[in-house]
Amino acid sequence: MIPTAFDYSRPTGVDEAVHALTDGGEDAKVLAGGQSLIPMLRLRFAAPSMLVDLGSVDEMRGVRDDGDALVIGAMTTHAEVLDDPLIRAQAPLIAQATATVADRQVRHMGTFGGSLAHADPAGDMPSVATALDATFEIAGPSGRRSVPASEFFVDYLTSALEPDEILVSVRVPKLAGWGTHYEKFNRVAQAWALVGVAVAIRRSNGTIDEARVALTNMSSTPVRAHGVEEALVGAPATDESMAAAGQHAAEGTEPTSDVSASADYRTHLATVLTRRALGTAAGI
Amino acid sequence: MTVTEDRSGAEVGRERLRKEDARLITGRTMWTENISLPGMLHLGILRSPMAHARITHVDVGPALEMSGVVEAFSGRDIADMQGAMPCVWPVTEDTVLPDYPPLAVDEVRHTGEPVAVVAARDHATAMDALEAIEIDYEPLPVVLDMEEALADGAPLVHADTGTNKCYTWVLDSAEAGTGDDVAQAEADAEIVINRRYIQQRLIPAFMEPRSVVVDPTGEQITMWSATQVPHILRLLLAMSTGVPEQKIRVIAPDVGGGFGGKLQVTPEEFIAFAAARRFGRPVKYVESRSETMLSGHHGRDQIQDVTLCARRDGTVTGISVKLLANMGAYLGIITPGIPILGAFMYGGIYKFPAYRFECSGVFTNTTKTDAYRGAGRPEATFALERAMDDLADELGMDAMEVRRRSWINHDEFPYTTSAGLTYDSGNYEAATEKAMELFGYNELRREQASRRESGDPVQLGIGISTYTEMCGLAPSRILGQLRYGAGGWETASVRMLPTGKVEVITGTSPHGQGHETAWSQIAADRLGVPFDDVEVLHGDTRTSHKGLDTYGSRSLAVGGIALVNACQKVVDKAKPIAAHLLECDPADLEFVDGQYRVKGTPGAGKTLADCALAVFTSHDMPDGVESSLDADATFDPENFSYPHGTHLCATEVDTETGRVTIRSYVAVDDVGRVVNPMIVEGQVHGGVAQGIAQALFEEAVYDADGNLLTGTFVDYTIPSSADLPDIVTDRTETPAPGHPLGSKGVGEAGTIASTPAVVNSVVDALRHLGVSDVRMPCTPERVWQAIRSAQDGAQEGGARL
Ligand SMILES: Cc1cc2nc3c(=O)[nH]c(=O)nc-3n(C[C@H](O)[C@H](O)[C@H](O)COP(=O)(O)OP(=O)(O)OC[C@H]3O[C@@H](n4cnc5c(N)ncnc54)[C@H](O)[C@@H]3O)c2cc1C
Repeated sequence: MIPTAFDYSRPTGVDEAVHALTDGGEDAKVLAGGQSLIPMLRLRFAAPSMLVDLGSVDEMRGVRDDGDALVIGAMTTHAEVLDDPLIRAQAPLIAQATATVADRQVRHMGTFGGSLAHADPAGDMPSVATALDATFEIAGPSGRRSVPASEFFVDYLTSALEPDEILVSVRVPKLAGWGTHYEKFNRVAQAWALVGVAVAIRRSNGTIDEARVALTNMSSTPVRAHGVEEALVGAPATDESMAAAGQHAAEGTEPTSDVSASADYRTHLATVLTRRALGTAAGI
Repeated sequence: MTVTEDRSGAEVGRERLRKEDARLITGRTMWTENISLPGMLHLGILRSPMAHARITHVDVGPALEMSGVVEAFSGRDIADMQGAMPCVWPVTEDTVLPDYPPLAVDEVRHTGEPVAVVAARDHATAMDALEAIEIDYEPLPVVLDMEEALADGAPLVHADTGTNKCYTWVLDSAEAGTGDDVAQAEADAEIVINRRYIQQRLIPAFMEPRSVVVDPTGEQITMWSATQVPHILRLLLAMSTGVPEQKIRVIAPDVGGGFGGKLQVTPEEFIAFAAARRFGRPVKYVESRSETMLSGHHGRDQIQDVTLCARRDGTVTGISVKLLANMGAYLGIITPGIPILGAFMYGGIYKFPAYRFECSGVFTNTTKTDAYRGAGRPEATFALERAMDDLADELGMDAMEVRRRSWINHDEFPYTTSAGLTYDSGNYEAATEKAMELFGYNELRREQASRRESGDPVQLGIGISTYTEMCGLAPSRILGQLRYGAGGWETASVRMLPTGKVEVITGTSPHGQGHETAWSQIAADRLGVPFDDVEVLHGDTRTSHKGLDTYGSRSLAVGGIALVNACQKVVDKAKPIAAHLLECDPADLEFVDGQYRVKGTPGAGKTLADCALAVFTSHDMPDGVESSLDADATFDPENFSYPHGTHLCATEVDTETGRVTIRSYVAVDDVGRVVNPMIVEGQVHGGVAQGIAQALFEEAVYDADGNLLTGTFVDYTIPSSADLPDIVTDRTETPAPGHPLGSKGVGEAGTIASTPAVVNSVVDALRHLGVSDVRMPCTPERVWQAIRSAQDGAQEGGARL
């Protein structure tokens, strides 16, 4: 299909982009990699009056070292994230999850920030950001603000961004020495997750000191599996404790039933995948 | 038929890169979508959002008011000139043939059915204008399930026909005199197994969407269409609309895939034809992928009840099959005949003495079904090969051993089956032996046993499919007996150009298979000219005025013979001319390595090129010889083509998640002599991929209101290379006795063979857990459910799934 007609602007800076968005009115929308937005336009599920294309906003691209955190520009593509040495060294969970996103073509177009701003609970980046306690740097007509991951994802395809705000970058804490893993389960290789599990574990000797676990596609937003995390603290790093902790994975989640999978099956998968992800992250 | 002398020379059998690939792969060619004509209007088609409804009101006025919109109409506006969609295969005398207007007039019967049309100066405007059309529907009750549709009091898809049953077609070997009585076989059997298998609905996913351009401004009305069947399309346009046949020209330019999905004459083609005639201007219609999914015809969708009768030693004594076949809401070009193409294959490679087949076609409020790669034969082969495995399980025998007990031995050909077909050739033992060796059958069985014993969460399964199929459609006489509306011959022409170069014209219509390369190889050998001197022309009723197009693995199996015969005619026609040039008696000449030479005298002879130049000038022709070397040949086969083979599949099944991973896949096919091994391998790879797709990945799903839930590739999950295994292919070569090249069809074999191999493998991995079937596609969730129900069943006292 062909989208309805829209106006188009291509600013070169964040402030200019915020202006363009404000001037464009209520129906103006940001265009990043277009991998989610353009299909929605083509199916005519969305009909914005104006697209503000962030493709030329250079300050929103790339990964920067900022002390105990990395700052990832929202317009950094999935492919650039995958290739980035800082990410690989300091935030391997992001690289592991990004490698499972779609296919090469999509990863070269789609952006890190776009997949977070889109707030699709089936997307891989939202649960990773949630597990990492990332912070979202946002620019709007009244200046800049920061929002923690726990408050950024509001509902299905709904984030804390106001219509006239732009996600500029995301701060993720460095997790040196942590074990991480992203376990994704999908029907075909380039598809979204039926369920995904993002895990980061810090252990000393044979004991788990801290664990962060978040689930993809188990509710209308990404969810932290607090039950799993609590069960792990102080537990020995053994198969048995991973399995026992995994049993808590689906607690408090509200998975949907759709043509791809039933809620029952998703619940079951969450348990199995969590156990496996924990095992891999903990290196057992 | 006699085997003619083997003339294969340097080209046939050679791995030639395909000459058409550069333009097809880069897209630098004439796809229908690339055509733009002066004054051309772009059509948009509004489609029904309802699965069944009366159209109470249509107003295209608001669309017409939009800038850039030139015309708009509804079904009522063109009711008298749009023609009716034809079905050429009413399989019984009383087959119900409902009215099928291209553009719905009063009632819609499936979601996606065309209801109104706009024509605009550009595509985008046409899309916007569709939203302005006002249309009111009065909902009617919807029926989707075949068994519900046949129940008393079910809502009727076509109220005026009084029934949802399209036909019931029966083949009984006792009645036909081709075999024993199944009821008797069942009474005498030592073991009888009854199984129900479900063929889910599939959606052909060819790469190029269906597209059509119509130019009504010349002496002929010209239609370009992304079709597999330009010749059939021309004929049916003429017959249905009353426009004289000679006034229509149809061109299938390069076409991007079909898989049976473009073996159709479509409402969209008829609508574009009507629109162009109404406006007196060229029009173009290119569908979106969502429109393909919604309204291009679907495939499969059958319920198969199978009864297998056998002795305790594994010998099968009879098979009885009861089918329900979903027609959808309307009949496409050969919708009723698809399951009938399967009717002859439920005996597969086996000697089953008794056979009974009964199929009822059923109307439902869904998109129509029709040919999809294999068309009827994959369904039959699936049910048969699944049942053979189930029989082996019941008897506690090895699945391959059960097959061996009943299959036709290589020294028993030609063999007439209880379905009435005569298989011309084959060697099932040889193909099987080769496949088992490549596969490492025995080692895999050992690994399977040890995984079972250790309770490994990942279990190993081994799946077998020993198949044959009937292709090379088709002997006209048999088609006539089956009430098919046309013949099955094919035609070829050879034109010798003055420079000695060659134009070959074929009545087949390639859409990605590589005919240009294969036909060039054959002609090069037969005429003794270089490969590059041959040009293959096709798909335009002006250059290729006659033909029955490409489907049913017929192009080489039937059209290849026409080509060989046409080449032979050229060689024969040139002989007196060569003799004249060489000043000798034609009877003393032989044609060897592209040269006419006096027998037994090596040295300078005359080539076909010499003769072509002599004919062109015609200054010095022998008396009474025509000044032309050109020749046509039409060939009507006496029998089908019977490729066969053994496919083996090993899957790893994760019993915790239900995920199936194909670990190894071996395909040993016997397609007779091979013209181009690379093309054959490509056909097997693609075919196997599509068969695996049915086994594990694809399914069209409707909700209770008849909305297609799998309308995009997000939900209709076609596998990509990342989801498919490395396929080990090999061949055995049993030449087809009826074919001068010895070749059999290969276009559908992979699809026919692979689906049961994969599902048998999945079930085999889980049998010890109490699982005896998993419905297709075997998604992780279905596999997990099957294991869970088997466990629950076991706890409740060992009941089987
Ligand atoms: C075939 C296919 C398969 C895919 N598979 C996966 C998968 O497996 N896993 C996965 O996670 N994703 C998948 N995706 C989605 C992909 O990751 C997209 O890149 C991502 O969802 C959106 O990123 P984008 O840059 O393309 O954003 P766009 O499509 O341009 O935008 C998406 C939405 O976010 C808004 N937006 C974007 N950037 C900003 C910003 N900086 N500030 C404010 N708002 C913004 C837009 O206005 C829009 O509403 C797939 C996509 C395709 C086409």
